[in-house]
Amino acid sequence: MEIPIETYSLDNGLRVVLSEDHTAPLVAVNLWYHVGSANERPGRTGFAHLFEHMLFQGSESVGANEHFELVQRAGGTLNGSTWLDRTNYFETVPSNQLELAIWLEANRMGYLLPAMTQQKLDTQRDVVQNERRWSMDNQPYGSWWEKLPALCFPMDHPFHHSLIGSMADLDAASLEDIAHFFTTYYTPDNAVLSIAGDFDAGATRAMVSHHFGPIPRGGAKPPLPDMDVPPTFGEPLREVVHDDVMLPRLFLVFRSPVFGSAPYYAASVAGAVLGLRKGSRLHRALVREQQVAAEAQAFTYDLTKGSDLLVVDVTARPETSAETLERTVNAEIDRMLRDGVTQAEVDRAVALIETDLIVALQSAGDRADRLSMYTTYFGDPHLVNVQADRYRAVTAEQVNVFVRERLVPENRASLLYVPRDSDVAPAQGDLAMAETP
Amino acid sequence: MSAPTRVPSRPPAPRPAPAAPRDYHFPRFEQHQLANGLRLVVAPVAKLPLITAVALVEAGATQEPEGKEGVATLTAQMLLEGAAGLDGAALADRFERIGASVEAYADWDVAAVTLSAMSSRLPEALALVRDLLREPTFPEREVARLRDERLAELLQQLAEPRGLADEQFSRALYEPHARYALPADGATNTVSALAVDDVRAFYQARYQPSAVTLVFAGDVTMAQVAALVEPLFGDWTGTPTADRRMAPDAAQPGRLLRVVAKSDAPQSEVRVGHIGLPRRTPDYFGVLVMNAVLGGLFSSRINLNLRETHGYTYGAFSSFEWRRAAGPFVVNTAVKSDVTGDAVREILNEIDRMRSDRIGSDELTLATSYLDGVFPIRYETTGAIAGALASLIIHRLPDDYYDRYREHVRGVSAADVLAAAQTHLHPDRLRVLVVGDPAVVITPLRQVTGMTADVVAIADAEAGE
Repeated sequence: MEIPIETYSLDNGLRVVLSEDHTAPLVAVNLWYHVGSANERPGRTGFAHLFEHMLFQGSESVGANEHFELVQRAGGTLNGSTWLDRTNYFETVPSNQLELAIWLEANRMGYLLPAMTQQKLDTQRDVVQNERRWSMDNQPYGSWWEKLPALCFPMDHPFHHSLIGSMADLDAASLEDIAHFFTTYYTPDNAVLSIAGDFDAGATRAMVSHHFGPIPRGGAKPPLPDMDVPPTFGEPLREVVHDDVMLPRLFLVFRSPVFGSAPYYAASVAGAVLGLRKGSRLHRALVREQQVAAEAQAFTYDLTKGSDLLVVDVTARPETSAETLERTVNAEIDRMLRDGVTQAEVDRAVALIETDLIVALQSAGDRADRLSMYTTYFGDPHLVNVQADRYRAVTAEQVNVFVRERLVPENRASLLYVPRDSDVAPAQGDLAMAETP
Repeated sequence: MSAPTRVPSRPPAPRPAPAAPRDYHFPRFEQHQLANGLRLVVAPVAKLPLITAVALVEAGATQEPEGKEGVATLTAQMLLEGAAGLDGAALADRFERIGASVEAYADWDVAAVTLSAMSSRLPEALALVRDLLREPTFPEREVARLRDERLAELLQQLAEPRGLADEQFSRALYEPHARYALPADGATNTVSALAVDDVRAFYQARYQPSAVTLVFAGDVTMAQVAALVEPLFGDWTGTPTADRRMAPDAAQPGRLLRVVAKSDAPQSEVRVGHIGLPRRTPDYFGVLVMNAVLGGLFSSRINLNLRETHGYTYGAFSSFEWRRAAGPFVVNTAVKSDVTGDAVREILNEIDRMRSDRIGSDELTLATSYLDGVFPIRYETTGAIAGALASLIIHRLPDDYYDRYREHVRGVSAADVLAAAQTHLHPDRLRVLVVGDPAVVITPLRQVTGMTADVVAIADAEAGE
């Protein structure tokens, strides 16, 4: 299973990745900018994401609200998203509309600022503040998005602060901030353009040069502070959140090897053994056998700098106390730490991950997004074609090395949600670290 | 904090015109029926070595006996909890160690078992699907567990404003005895009474070969599928008992304003609408385009008004929920608490405007060219193709439905859109449901709608006021 890849750069530093597939008359255009909330300056939390909204407000040749309208009128789908260390913009269009998508992306990369107005900024600030209310403030457990990285990274670390941003910082964002952020980070040499689907490579190269070629390279980017953190927290961390929720829910987090590194694959498999689907350990033990949990899963953040995070996420059943939830989840982790994982568990996890990797290559949009991701993070789009091999090469022993190093008590951070009126000790309790019975 | 200015070497190029479009056909599919009535639908799609298979069973929520609401979902989920000598954990392990994913659920119209796997694994995976469809064991302990998990979900929903608003909106639209008044997965009082005998009885009545269609999309042919299916399912016998349920969609009359009280809520979850139309309405395409203009697209009237003009919300959308009987028509948004009345006023105005004036050709072509152009993009995955074929089966649409979809969309005129709005949007029946802070929202809502608010406490919400 290999997808075709052609890659090159323009003189201004824009890296371009092309991947042809002519099975349907559609094409995906995907642009990653290597900037995210980690690049925000103090007092401007949430700015990278607010800025993403502003990129849909038009540019020199595109009117307010016209970006969405032009793509939808062309029969396309589109969106953007902001993450800790990157921001992406993407559209999938009928293949005869490819140049429109390229033109729209080039227009906002090269000619954004003439379209920016105070009124647009004020409206998008309201929209984003409503997005915050919708996704976090008025949603049970919603604050975990903000509290989990804050608990797991030190105060001055670029991943510590809120991605959606505080209301006060969003209020403070100005047009001057827009101009500065745009000029600094939205430059061709800080971006990757991937195109996947039904297109002619020669004609597409000409379109890309024509529309992106005139955009000049950017200046030096302000360096990020040192991202490195120790491989473990050093001591168990714990935060109890009293919230408008009906059931306790525990996020148990481990620092883990960064995305794409050799030991990452073993960590990812360990996470799947613990919490991928119904055959996983946590589902079997806590949901099916002990019936203390209503749901159990595990996932990784896939961060490439400093430290990745492996997160175990378990919601209690109504009759399960927060203490029992914490104790039983930790007991499962202790059991894995003591006994390790079996080859059969690794095989199950790898088989599921392998199918998921191929399923994810079905749509042109997902293919283009992965090509942009591997190019942005590692400078190599061909990594998309070796992921299944990397996972297949993982041995039970490698997983157990990860387990022994990282599932230790001093590398566990507990973010525990409890109903507002419940009585749970806020400090580190003995129960949380109880030995396996 | 000054940064160097960055000026491109020339002004932007003019907006490019589209090239000539390339042809697209929805994947060809073949159908076949076994002697026992079980049907096969197969769409060979050879792009990647993957397969999606869906077993559709005429065993959805609208086929439940009265008083057993939730048994359709529980029965479907129980298929995975033990079959042919394997317990639930062993079944999960059999699927997962070959990298296959399997899910079982019921919606309003049907129950479904969905399988996603590498195509090379289809023989093993399909044999397991055969076991769970034909020889489920329904262990009592697992029935109790899944029932309690559903009750936990219902309890959690009381603290989750979006789910609570959806559930309360359905109760506000339909007569209490109508099936659509309650959640498809059942409500607390009905689910808590379900027992293993209810599951067995529902399975016996509904899970019979003539009530099953197996849909396959992916790297496989009809000949391969038929050769696998005949030995696994050909000797399955039995016939389903008749459906005895009353109308699922009986309406409550008149307008209504209801507030589900969530004190200090920073945002109001808003639902405005009325009972819509059954999927097989002859006006489907006119309504589809009308709704796209009203609130179906990002660039729709309601979203541009509430989000881009006023900044009231992160998003506002309208939809017709297409079921066999008439599902809801609903405008759905979440707005900052202090603009709840203003947002509802704008929604009501947009509905009125849709009915009073013919839309311009720009708005018409935005909707029709979007629906026309995006059609191939919807069917990139085996899952999406299988889902589209399932929808043909569920709603008994013609075999050439997807071949003619785009010409139907292109054929909708501004006059059709106006007629659809005037015929199928009903301001005199609009029901407004808000989950929000009563101290902030009630007065403005009363002013805007001219109705008295019926206020419900969250604790009483589950019982249906």
